[in-house]
This record gives sequence, structure tokens and C-alpha cells, in this order.
Amino acid sequence: MESASIPARPSRPRGEVVREFISRFGLIAILLILPVAYGIQDLQQDGDLSRLATNIKDGLSNGAIWALIAVGYTLVYGIIELINFAHGDLFMIGSFVAYGMIATVGLTVGTGGLGLVFGLLLILLIAMVACGVLNTMIERVAYRPLRNAPKLAPLITAVGFSFILQNVGLLWLGGSHRGVPDLISSQAQYATVLGVPITHGDLLALVVTVPLFFFLVNFIGRSRIGRAMRATAQDPQAARLMGINVDTTISFTFLLGGLMAGAAGLIYALYQTDVWFFAGFTAGLIAFTAAVMGGIGNLRGAILGGLIIGCIQQLSDNRIGTEWTPAIVFGYLVLILVFRPQGLLGEQTREAG
Amino acid sequence: MSTATATRARGIKLPRQVGRFPLSSIIGAVAIVGAILLPLFYDSGSAFIGDSTAALYYVVMALGLNIVVGFAGLLDLGYVAFFAIGAYTMGWFGSSFFTGSDIHIGVSEFLQAQPGIHLNWLLILPIAAALTALAGAVLGFPTLRLRGDYIAIVTLAFGEIIGRIAINSDEGVFGIGDFNLTNGRAGITPVDKIDLPFVERFSTLNIRPWYWTALVLALVVVFINFRLRDSRIGRAWIAVREDEVAAVSMGIPTVRVKLLAYAIGAALGGVAGTFIGSFFNVVNADQFEFSFSIFVLAMIILGGLGSIWGVVVGAIALSFINNRLIPDVFNDVPGQIGLDFDLTQLGFGIFGFLLVIMMVLRPQGLIPERRHQAEFTEGIGGGEQETTVEVRGP
Repeated sequence: MESASIPARPSRPRGEVVREFISRFGLIAILLILPVAYGIQDLQQDGDLSRLATNIKDGLSNGAIWALIAVGYTLVYGIIELINFAHGDLFMIGSFVAYGMIATVGLTVGTGGLGLVFGLLLILLIAMVACGVLNTMIERVAYRPLRNAPKLAPLITAVGFSFILQNVGLLWLGGSHRGVPDLISSQAQYATVLGVPITHGDLLALVVTVPLFFFLVNFIGRSRIGRAMRATAQDPQAARLMGINVDTTISFTFLLGGLMAGAAGLIYALYQTDVWFFAGFTAGLIAFTAAVMGGIGNLRGAILGGLIIGCIQQLSDNRIGTEWTPAIVFGYLVLILVFRPQGLLGEQTREAG
Repeated sequence: MSTATATRARGIKLPRQVGRFPLSSIIGAVAIVGAILLPLFYDSGSAFIGDSTAALYYVVMALGLNIVVGFAGLLDLGYVAFFAIGAYTMGWFGSSFFTGSDIHIGVSEFLQAQPGIHLNWLLILPIAAALTALAGAVLGFPTLRLRGDYIAIVTLAFGEIIGRIAINSDEGVFGIGDFNLTNGRAGITPVDKIDLPFVERFSTLNIRPWYWTALVLALVVVFINFRLRDSRIGRAWIAVREDEVAAVSMGIPTVRVKLLAYAIGAALGGVAGTFIGSFFNVVNADQFEFSFSIFVLAMIILGGLGSIWGVVVGAIALSFINNRLIPDVFNDVPGQIGLDFDLTQLGFGIFGFLLVIMMVLRPQGLIPERRHQAEFTEGIGGGEQETTVEVRGP
């Protein structure tokens, strides 16, 4: 959540300004290393940038999924300063629900047109609600009793729940990867813009995530309960004095985060055509990196961070090798936390300060 | 501020006075004698002694992690990295993996004839301890400016990066070069057996010497833990854990204190890693997964954060639950109640459940440390009440 902007002090010592400059643009420079290096390499080899552009386009589509998950981290962190470790696995459960519902609703590769659209909308709704309710329940069982305990305690229950959800997934669909029917023929090309093929998968990511983000940003910015969330994030004590039901507000935050994770689960299942019980762990870490990159607690930051991480991940997948991608993303995470813990758009927090 | 008044003010029972006959030391002595004699009641190659050996090296690991998490209060979710570095040190310096080189120091005639680097385990121990301590300090460095859960994430990322390097570094690191560093999932095997002077050579058939070696390691580490806890540095760790700002203002050098916690904790993990590498006869990338870190974390949570005997009990209990109870004793249960799944698959779900239950119902652990218990109960019951922070000068 955005906190109110603090008016800048009238004059600051020069050293502080320089440090601020390095801190902000240092991170941007680190982020630009990979695309610039590969851009130069492409120009030398192919003479144009279409390969780089394709990577970045794929990265943005992937990044939309990470952004949806990252939103869940950032909302929860913003309000109770807890890293919800179980969130990645919640997303995995969402992808499993989507996988299961595709069979239940009876969508097959042959289904076309309106049937497909309505079927997918139904599944989207079910996956979102399932994850939202599950997340709220986890909050009730594992985090609320520990509201006043030392910070270590809810973090450990979060890790515990992450393992529990993984095992639920393991029991549900077994330990192997499950192929999802390619309902939207996700790799089929829709159009080519400047040598970059736009596929059905990209379009799906676009039409699902953009309205969701639009809804989310406006909901938190304008609605009554959104205002309550921001107030609780700033000062739970004062919010309670103003008549806000803090517990309900926190539950609602978890519900919102869960809804987004469920939507991400469906897009992931359709886009990657593969679900796996362990996918949530890596996805969770990647999305967390995204949230930190944007500035944890900052909604727009999480979306931006997700898109950037998507590009980094795609570049690494395509150029360095899929097996190294997690290591590279986590390397970025460490770099960010060292050089700019408050992220691209975030404010200085006590935790990260 | 005198310790006695501060403790009494919080309504905590004072420790038994020295001079009275301490019950706990009798129990400790009996337990140690029992542990020494235990293998004599079993077959020299019995699976039970193997599991007990496992329990003992888990004690070493858990006590190492306890220094970081329990004493210094820095949640480390990447402890597996130090296990990995320790085990690979054993693999690199105690096997025929680097066939090109030909270095032999203090090893038997049989190993003299083998290619590769072969050092005696007693030489590998300090190397591994030094390497892991260095890695611990390197890991600690970026987390110095961070607090709380950010530390958890950085350490987790560090553990994952090391895990990735272990799995993928059979042809270059990060796709650079083609040097085989870890042999990936195939692993480094065979690893030299521990070879102690004046003792018969260790073999896979007779597990007793392994057990006793692990027991000695565990006892030494318990001793180190007690000495550390009661030392100046141990008090500094506890002060940093309870209130960092207060600790700094009392003149505690937090940077050095935290780095020391990471380094010492890591070194113990590395020591256990060399033992496990030799005991298993293989150093294999699949051993180094995130779940391992959580397994060790669950041990110290179960036993009680910061409580040395609690951690020992937690490590032994969870290790036996994992190695014996779940696969052997309870594995039929799902079948008997008409469910169709393999209980061993669920191991980590059960540990996850345990973590949640322990944290919600008994956050101070089975055998709580007095000071830590006060922290937890104050936090849960007390709400916003003023808490006195007790800081003893270093």
C-alpha cells in the first residue's frame, strides 16, 4: 500500500543527494545489464533486436503471472509485515484447482468460441474464490493467534503451512508433472508486430491481468475497505481507534491476495500447460523477489517488479539456461536487498532500513 | 542492573544455586554413559545404530543452527548451504574425484594407491570448518543492514543458489566454462572413510565406530554451545536478539557479533557435512534441498529455541521420527484405515504441521530456555504492556 508521501526537506546535504542518486539508479543500472548486453550481442550477430524483443515480450507475459502473485505478498506485507511464505504454494493450489476444473467443466482442446470463454471465466472465478477462501483460513489458523508474538513465530508457521500445502498438492495429483490440455493453443501466433510474434498465451495474460490490476489499484485506492486497509497498514492502533475492524480488514487483505493467486494459477496452467506440486516454491520466491524489487508494501511496485523479473527470467531461460534461472533471480534478490532494500518505488521501512 | 533483581522482577524462577545437587547434571551423565554403551547392545551393523548415528549428526547440525537462530535470533532458512559446502569439501579432498591431481596426506596404504586428493578426515575437518565459516560470514554480510524476515529471505536465497550450483555445476558454473565442480546429481562417490589414528579402519559393515565418532562430535559441540552461551559473546548474541537498538547503545559491536554467529553456526554445519559425506559414501546434489533447512529448523523449534538440551532432544526426536517411525512403524496406518498413500511422502507435510502446531500452542518448545520463554509469553499474553529489557554489559 502506498503510504502518504512525505514532503521533502527544504535542503539536504550534497552527500545524501548523491547517495540517494546512486541507490536509486544503481539498481536500475543492475537491471539493465542483461538486456543491454544481449542487445549488443544480437545486433552483432543478427543485425536486429527481434530476438531480444521476443524475449522481453515473453518475459512480460510471464511477468504478469509473477506480478499477480507478488501482489499477494506485498498486500500482506504492507498490512502485517509478514512474509507469507505459503503464498507461492497457494498459487500452486490455484493451478491445481484450475487443472481439476478444466476436466470437471468439460473443456477440451476442441471447445471453441463462446463455450471456451465462458468455461474459462467460470474456472477463473472458482480458482480465485478457492484460493481466496483458503488464504483467509490460513490467516485465521496460523497468523492471527500469533499477532502479538515475536516476529519469528508467524514466519515459522508460514513456512510450516507452505509445506502443508505442498503435501496437499502431492497427495492430490502425485509427484509428477501433469500436462494441462492446451485449450487456447497458447503458442499459436495471433499477429506479428515488428518481428515479434504475439501468441494466444500473451493475449490471455493481457486480458486477465490488466482488468484485475485495474480493479485492484482502484479498489484499494477508492473503496471504503481499501481505505481501511491503507489505514491499518499505516497504524493498526490508530485505525482501531478510528473504528476500523482491524481483524476483518486483515482477513480481507488475505482474501484479495488469494484471489490474485488463484487467477495466476489459471493463467499459469494455461500458459505453461503444466502443473506440478513443487512449482509453487520457486514461483513464490520469484514473486517475492518481484515484490521486493518494486518496494514491498507498494502495490504498483509489485506489478512493475513482476514484469521486470519476468523479463530477467525469460532472458536467463533463453540465453543462459533454464537450470540457472532460479539462481540468477535469487542473486538479483540478494543484490537488491543489499543495495536498495526499499526497492524501486518503496519508501524506507524500519525492516529494510 | 543486577541480574537477580531483573530476573525476579519478571517473575521467573531463579536457577538452582550452585552447590546444591543439580538433578539435570545427573540425568546428563546417565544419558551420556547410556549413549556410549548403547551400540554394545545391538548388532555391529544394525539399522538402529545407523539411525542413532544420524540422530547424532543432526544434533551437531541443529546445535549449529541454534547458535544463529536460537542465540542470535537471526532466522536462517539456508542452513543446508553449509551442509553442502562441508560435504563437498569432504568430496573434493577425500575422494578420487579430481583424478588429475595426486595428493595424499595421512591416509592408509590402500588410498595411497588411488588417484585424486586424499586427506585424512582430521585434516579435512578444519578446512571444512574454515570454508563454511567464511561462507557464513559472506552470507551474513548482506544481511547486516537488514532485520527480521528479510534475513530469512536472503538466507533462503543463498541456500537455493548453493543448491542450484550443486545440481548444475557439472559443466561450468552459471554456464561459464566446462569445469566439473560437483558432478551434479550423479554426485561424488566413493568418498573416503573416516580414518582415525590408533583405530581400526572404518567400514560400512561395522557402524559402531561411526556412531562413537558422531557421539564425540555431538558432545564436543554441546560443550562448545554451553561455553559460548555463557561467554561474553553469547550474552552479546542474546542482547542482540532481544533488542538490537538497546544492544548497540550498550556498546555491543553488532556487526562482529552477528558475523560471528553466522560463521560459528555455519562451521558446525560444515563439520557435520564432512561426517555425513563420509558416512553416506556419496556427496550428491539432491541432498541439498530447502526442505533440509526446514527439517533442521523444526528440530530447534520443537526442542525450544536457544535451549541447548531442548535442541538435542528435538534433533534426536525428529531424526528418529523421520528415519524410523514414519517409514517403519506408522507406514501401514493409512492402509489400515482405508486410505491409499505412502506415509513417507508426507514426511515434510507432517513437519510443516508440527511447526504450525508448536508455534501456535507452545512457541517456547518442549524444553524451553527460561529467557526465551519469557519473551514468548510476554509477547502473546501481554499485548502492549511495557517490557523490561535485560541487558548485561559485555
